Amino acid sequence: MTTATTPTPALTDDRLLELYQQMAVIRRTEKAAQDLFLAGLVKGTTHLAAGHEAVAVGASAALRDDDYVFATYRGHHHAIARGATPEECLAELMQKATGVCAAKGGSMHLTKADRQMLGSYAIVGAHLPMATGAAWSAMLRGTGQLAVAFFGDGATNIGTFHEALNLAAVWRLPVLFICENNLYMEYTPIGAVTAVPNPAADRAAAYQLPGHVIDGNDVSVVYDAVRQAAERARAGEGPTILEARTYRHYGHSRTDPAKYRPEAEVAEWLARDPLVQARSQLSARGVADDRLAAADQHAEQLVRDAVAAAKAAPEPDPATAFTDVWADGSATWRT
Amino acid sequence: MADVAELVTYRDAVADGIAREMRRDPSVVCLGEDIGAAEGVFKTSVGLFQEFGARRVWDTPISEQAIVGTAMGAAMTGLRPVAEIMFSDFLACCWDHVANEIPKVRYMTGGQVTVPLVIRTANGGGLGFGAQHSQAVENWAFAVPGLKIAAPATPADVVGLMAAAVRSDDPVVFFEHKGLFASRGEPAPADHVVPLGEARIARSGDDLTLVALAATVPTALAAADQLAAEGISVEVIDLRCLIPLDMRTVLDSLQRTSRLMTVEENPYQGGWGGTIAGIAADEGFELLDAPIRRVAAECVPLPFADRLEDEVIPTVARVVDAVRRLAAY
Ligand SMILES: Cc1ncc(C[n+]2csc(CCOP(=O)(O)OP(=O)(O)O)c2C)c(N)n1
Repeated sequence: MTTATTPTPALTDDRLLELYQQMAVIRRTEKAAQDLFLAGLVKGTTHLAAGHEAVAVGASAALRDDDYVFATYRGHHHAIARGATPEECLAELMQKATGVCAAKGGSMHLTKADRQMLGSYAIVGAHLPMATGAAWSAMLRGTGQLAVAFFGDGATNIGTFHEALNLAAVWRLPVLFICENNLYMEYTPIGAVTAVPNPAADRAAAYQLPGHVIDGNDVSVVYDAVRQAAERARAGEGPTILEARTYRHYGHSRTDPAKYRPEAEVAEWLARDPLVQARSQLSARGVADDRLAAADQHAEQLVRDAVAAAKAAPEPDPATAFTDVWADGSATWRT
Repeated sequence: MADVAELVTYRDAVADGIAREMRRDPSVVCLGEDIGAAEGVFKTSVGLFQEFGARRVWDTPISEQAIVGTAMGAAMTGLRPVAEIMFSDFLACCWDHVANEIPKVRYMTGGQVTVPLVIRTANGGGLGFGAQHSQAVENWAFAVPGLKIAAPATPADVVGLMAAAVRSDDPVVFFEHKGLFASRGEPAPADHVVPLGEARIARSGDDLTLVALAATVPTALAAADQLAAEGISVEVIDLRCLIPLDMRTVLDSLQRTSRLMTVEENPYQGGWGGTIAGIAADEGFELLDAPIRRVAAECVPLPFADRLEDEVIPTVARVVDAVRRLAAY
């Protein structure tokens, strides 16, 4: 299917460097989350997105600040790319009152509503119809906003994926469905449980939608693809499915050493690390090494400060277990 | 009492209640299967499409997860959607959104997100629709913290509770009882709002408090009529809502009558009557002169034949019998 969009203006050196720095911040936040976990300071579980940074950062760069974003339990990168600070995210993971969800959400539910990052959802596929709904609302209110759902390859086999896509297609809604295909559904290779090779993009035809497979480890490629899809959606031409191929550096969740992955595959993908790729693009453009080093240092310092602040933050007041059930702030269910 | 000609049906009250809110607030939109030009399989959206048009009243595919999930996304971003799930049995098809997403998002985001939506659905038995189209499932929602639950028994309450539900910033599951659609009652006055969580004393009495909801309200009232002829005075409470649950009205009534019975269409083993009985035993034990009794549906799937269905869901005869025995205790 062809789409009539104008070519995306290339990222300037400065902008690409900025995106590199954002990815570096996310990478270090993920590393900090892992270290804090091993130190016993992060409870529950985490689903780290190290390796996926280019999808979140490239897409966010192509969106308006008021566009809505919905993510999965693997959503640290989306929260940070959309404006949550490493400090409030790490504080959330460490069950601190200053956490982005006041320690009621945890790693799987990072949400930054005042930046229109409307949540991370732990039930696979649940948020796809929500993104459809946010796009429907934007269309009815005439705001020109988009909604974006980021989801994993595993989500393409659950009913909500198909229901949300069909409804978004028939209503021609301004919504982008961005699959982070990291080749695994938990521990199972996606191909072993999916009837088509490209789990998201190949299904686009069923809903007469454009579906593109893109390099999810190249931040410029993601930026380009999302910009064009966004332009199409804002022009009233409906949703697009983007399948960004990427790889997670850690296992599925904190307990998973990911032994099921062939060594050669891991090596191949680590060589295509999105940060490494962005660095070499910047170098090839002639951006000086000291600017890259400064970006790394900035990320290092920001995350180091975030860890210190999150460690020092207070635990939540126990009384807050009984707030925020209802819109009036209470949890009263009976007289 | 109004002339019969002035009475309105419960069915018409549903569309009237929605239309009143749509006129008042342009952010109210409807979505569901066959609710547009077809005006709803139960004719509960008659006139809406004509009055408000295709940008306010949306026909959906048979996609319960998309209906409720889309409503949720819209509610999070500035609209007040009224989503229809045709039969309440089908709530099971979108149960993730009803049980895990909609009621949890405010809490788990630390209060960042508000989900002001209404899920309307036709609930309950009595019409011979068989096991997959007859269940009373308000107990499903009752088990989920974070949902408000309305279940009106009269046309005026349909309108008044619909107004409160649509205006609520909290998600409300709104159970319309199929068995009541053709019933008639007083029309709702202009600007009628029934606050969520305020029970109604549908009939005053001295000897026994009978707590009912939706279709069991007329059952309870009919039973109370018969029992009055035998000299047993029954107070009938129409809960109207399960969450918020108006236990104050129930306990106040129990203070006067000293006997308590619940009558519900939910199956006994998981029904809301168990919660009412539990609270009354816990907080009102000294008010009781007799055990608490529950009349509820049996723990079997709803059978098809009227003759069989009558064995399973509460009937006037069963309520009368149970009240007689409790009154004599
Ligand atoms: C409905 C549902 N079923 C199962 C799970 C358990 N689960 C959590 S993550 C996951 C794998 C998801 O894989 P994918 O969609 O590819 O996302 P990724 O983890 O790779 O980001 C599963 C099965 C769940 N959370 N929700």
